[in-house]
Amino acid sequence: MYENSYIFAADMNKKDSFWHRAFHLYYDGFRQMTLGRTLWLIIAIKLFIIFFVLKLFFFPDFIGQNAESGKEADFVATELQQRAPSP
Amino acid sequence: MNLLTIDPSAIDWARAQFALTAIYHWLFVPLTLGVGLIMSIMETKYYRTGDAFWRRAAQFWQRLFGINFAMGVATGIILEFEFGTNWSNYSWFVGDIFGAPLAIEGIVAFFMESTFVAVMYFGWEKVSRGFHLASTWLTWLGATISAWWILVANAWMQCPVGCTFNPDTMRNEMTSFFDVALSPFAIGKFCHTVTSSWIVGAAFCVAVCCWYLLKKRETKLALESLRIGAAVGLFAAVLAAATGHKSAQDVASQQPMKLAAMEALYDGGTGQGLKVIEGIEVPYALSFMATNDFNGYVPGINDLLKGYTREDGTVEPSAQEKMMRGRQAIESLAAYRQAKAAGADQATLAPLLASLQENMPYFGYGYIKDEAELVPPIAVNFWAFRVMVGVGCLLILFFAVVLSATCQWPKKWWQKCDITALPSWLYWLAVALVPLTYVASESGWLVAELGRQPWTIQDMLPVGASISNIGSSAVATTFWLFLILFTILLTVEINIMIKQIKKGPQL
Repeated sequence: MYENSYIFAADMNKKDSFWHRAFHLYYDGFRQMTLGRTLWLIIAIKLFIIFFVLKLFFFPDFIGQNAESGKEADFVATELQQRAPSP
Repeated sequence: MNLLTIDPSAIDWARAQFALTAIYHWLFVPLTLGVGLIMSIMETKYYRTGDAFWRRAAQFWQRLFGINFAMGVATGIILEFEFGTNWSNYSWFVGDIFGAPLAIEGIVAFFMESTFVAVMYFGWEKVSRGFHLASTWLTWLGATISAWWILVANAWMQCPVGCTFNPDTMRNEMTSFFDVALSPFAIGKFCHTVTSSWIVGAAFCVAVCCWYLLKKRETKLALESLRIGAAVGLFAAVLAAATGHKSAQDVASQQPMKLAAMEALYDGGTGQGLKVIEGIEVPYALSFMATNDFNGYVPGINDLLKGYTREDGTVEPSAQEKMMRGRQAIESLAAYRQAKAAGADQATLAPLLASLQENMPYFGYGYIKDEAELVPPIAVNFWAFRVMVGVGCLLILFFAVVLSATCQWPKKWWQKCDITALPSWLYWLAVALVPLTYVASESGWLVAELGRQPWTIQDMLPVGASISNIGSSAVATTFWLFLILFTILLTVEINIMIKQIKKGPQL
């Protein structure tokens, strides 16, 4: 994870702008990753499954799908009213 | 399907799904908070001494931190998906308040973590030692601040404050951000939860070190890390006990039924003892835990259902009275909305609104059919509490012994003992304490969340009213999907973690 990072540091001019140094922090860091590549792959797969499979297919916005736009309060009011036990 | 007919098994599946995802999420979070603290201490030692050993040690623990962080990140987002799909009534009813801390967590804390974690991993040769050290601490702090906002949200579920109900929008609206963010319940919960997380990190650190000592490798790293891990563990375990005492008082004050269930206390009274197990109790300890007074009054389950007079003379209404007032609130709400939709004037609306506001504190009780529903599962709460406290006490002793051994203090206890050559079962015991520590940590959450049943929001909205009108098959499907996905994730993490521990710090 940390191999050879000092090689790239030697190339950096201390007068480089903040943005240049920040870019190289990430660029060099990602390029040198070893274990990090595996972890990032796992993160990418996980995020894809969470947002593009689970959210899209299994977790819709229930009120958005079932209530008329602008009538969400009425929808919830009806739901809550009808859930109360009969006297 | 009649939109107004709830599938009863959908409630159980939705609860089980939320519990499953929360339990899995909580496997990763405490290790982040605990190992984060330990790696920050290690790097501080490097900063102060300039000794390359501490730099490599810090990098080793940061590697393990990174594995857990990568596995755990975004596992909490699924809980938010569940709010919108399975718990839509809840989401609408309290979203204005509940959503705010979750949004702040995502925008502030997570961005802080993700910014500084990059400097922590990529910046060893690119930034100054001071800035790198600050980035490491800020990574940990970002994770801790994340925990703050999530626990503020959870604390609000247990003790809703700083809000008022708007019958026109059907939403609870925040009247005081600081009442929500800084509620005493939230502060107590945060302190107890975070210190318990440090215990998990410390137990993990001690276990890794003991494994190295068992294998007779990385001895210097093991001994130095053992000392730090044991010190953090002992400090955290004692703090967790103290903050747990505060939490118990918050529960006694705001959720007395939860406390009664934790203790399987049916008939309360003054000078109540704390049960160790049925038949063995510590005299007066429950009263002291709940009220800071050895003779303080602690209500039991039956007292809470029948109603009782508190020590200060005020009366706690009976469950039946609360249920009646809750129904009055629901009827007043319906009548108010109907009248408003029909264009009624203020003179008609005002008394309906007044009736609603007067009975609003018992709104949730209007959904309760039988007062037995107000009693949380007693056996699970009773034993989960004892597991948590029992393991916590064991860990105080364990960390004290380990710290004493690594510091060789008192000298006369340890002068004939070589900590690097103990019987192997002792090292394996330390390794075995890691899953036990996790069991204790999860048990605490079982008490917190099962103890508040039947409420999603204490007194305001029970589980049956919170859930969306969805079929149970959809929820059951995603339950099994999550079980498979999270098990794969956990297996992958354990695999990678073990490989990296075996690889060692490359000193």
